[in-house]
Amino acid sequence: MSQITPEFKLISEWIKPNSRVLDLGCGDGQLLQHLIDTYGVTGYGMEIDSFKNIQAIEKGLNVIQSDLNSHDLCDYFDKDSFDYVIMTQALQVVSRPDELLEDMLAIGKQIIITFPNFGHWRNRAQLLFKGHMPKTDTLPYHWYDTPNIHMCTFNDFEALCEEKDIEVVARTVVNAEHRRTLGMSIAPNWLGEVALYKVQRKTP
Amino acid sequence: MTIELGVITPQTLHIEQPLTLSSGSILPRYDLIYETYGQLNASASNGILICHALSGDHHVAGLDANNKPGWWNDYIGPGKPIDTDHFFVVCSNNLGGCHGSTGPTTLNPETGKVYGPDFPIVTCRDWVNSQNELRKHLGINQWAALIGGSMGGMQVLQWAIDYPDKLQHAIVIAAAPKLSAQNIAFNEVARRAIMTDPDFHEGRFLEHKTVPKQGLAQARMLGHLTYLSDDMMGAKFGRERRKDELQYNYEVEFQVESYLRYQGEKFATTQNFDANTYLLMTKALDYFDPASEFDHDLSKTLAQTTAKFLVIAFTTDWRFAPARSHEIVKALLDNDTDVSYAEVESEHGHDAFLLRNEHYEGLFRAYMQRIISEITPLDPLIFLNQKADK
Repeated sequence: MSQITPEFKLISEWIKPNSRVLDLGCGDGQLLQHLIDTYGVTGYGMEIDSFKNIQAIEKGLNVIQSDLNSHDLCDYFDKDSFDYVIMTQALQVVSRPDELLEDMLAIGKQIIITFPNFGHWRNRAQLLFKGHMPKTDTLPYHWYDTPNIHMCTFNDFEALCEEKDIEVVARTVVNAEHRRTLGMSIAPNWLGEVALYKVQRKTP
Repeated sequence: MTIELGVITPQTLHIEQPLTLSSGSILPRYDLIYETYGQLNASASNGILICHALSGDHHVAGLDANNKPGWWNDYIGPGKPIDTDHFFVVCSNNLGGCHGSTGPTTLNPETGKVYGPDFPIVTCRDWVNSQNELRKHLGINQWAALIGGSMGGMQVLQWAIDYPDKLQHAIVIAAAPKLSAQNIAFNEVARRAIMTDPDFHEGRFLEHKTVPKQGLAQARMLGHLTYLSDDMMGAKFGRERRKDELQYNYEVEFQVESYLRYQGEKFATTQNFDANTYLLMTKALDYFDPASEFDHDLSKTLAQTTAKFLVIAFTTDWRFAPARSHEIVKALLDNDTDVSYAEVESEHGHDAFLLRNEHYEGLFRAYMQRIISEITPLDPLIFLNQKADK
């Protein structure tokens, strides 16, 4: 079995064997390959980067080169095509996270999504005391060159879910090393650095 | 350019079995000219068929008798993306062609004269059926892959639909599931240019010992134009003129005119392309619409395919734009088919599928490597046995 990142390991725990998966922004396909090898899933990856695309094809994966901002998910896939639509660390870089979320919910029964928490105390402290946009291990960019154009906190994300009738099925909050601590379970939006969410449409 | 494959001698397969064409006409017998590169392995599992584009032919790699390199030599050969150290690569000239396969320039056995305009109109399906005879002749039960760009890509699609169990992989490049009205319109203008040339003689120009050069050159100029992108022409020619002073006449003023005239002239004279073949090929393209047999539902059309697909489009291709490839990909996804899709950044328009490009090559190499790993598990032993036999 290939070495996978702690985040991918956490995601894997949520995947039922032999399910159908779409991995948005799949990169070199590490997660998808892991899910195929370990859980016998089938499915596709989507990735915009040409070089990463080649790496995914080298792994024998099905990968569709596509821009997550091009709104073509619903053109490519019918409703409920997948058991899971996964997107790791990409929600904050797309032009309209809310619309993408809706597209994902249209084509997938459940969505697994991970993103960095802007509400972490270090970010809050940097803004409060230094008056500068935060720079941390999880958010290492300057304000002007960051690809993270739509940062949110866990509270923001959950508010959006509420507004859009999206049910949070599961949530895991971890630190930058993807470990869980007691503090994070008490005050996740202060202490958590990365969140993994599993969400679905609310059943009427 | 290095030509590792050396000089390649084409072979001809004479097929005595009549071929019933889509039009209902019957070709009593026909020839297919083809070239091969690399060695077929003992299990015949490493065969690859390349399908050529409108003006292409069977000479896809290596050198021909006149030392001319094949049209896709950059991609086929030892160590190249389509690696002849691993694959047995085959390319045949389509029926109706003018480079050795039976077509308008061949003698009609019934009349003793060249077919000319009497050669029946052939379709993509007819090509596939004829190539299937070549497959049998070569002793290949199943191609490891079929690969084609532009018209060749459509032929690959037709193969995957008509003979699903005869190919493992389908690589469809810069193609479309059918021609648009605009595509057909371009073809029609090209045909009119040829057919209204006074030297066309209703297609019997060879009997009149002439060639409709002007019409052919114009058809090619138009076709060529659709292969290039606006950006690329802008970069290459801009408004550059031949002379500093404006001439105020109808001679060649701008470099782009000179370039187009040269391309047309070259096609009509030195390349010796047959005008009737040009008409035939454009018609075959116009008629290509496999979904028409499946309620115009491409997803239904591709439901019976079992091949794994790689679909490639080029960003500046407007003849068969990426959106046309999306249609194919979408239909394959509807069927949960194994498919990968790549949109290669290139400034070269439709022509990009023939040219070198880092992303394109990397992609190709990666995908072909996957095919190699699928066909090789048995091979080391087989190669040893082959050597022992010799």
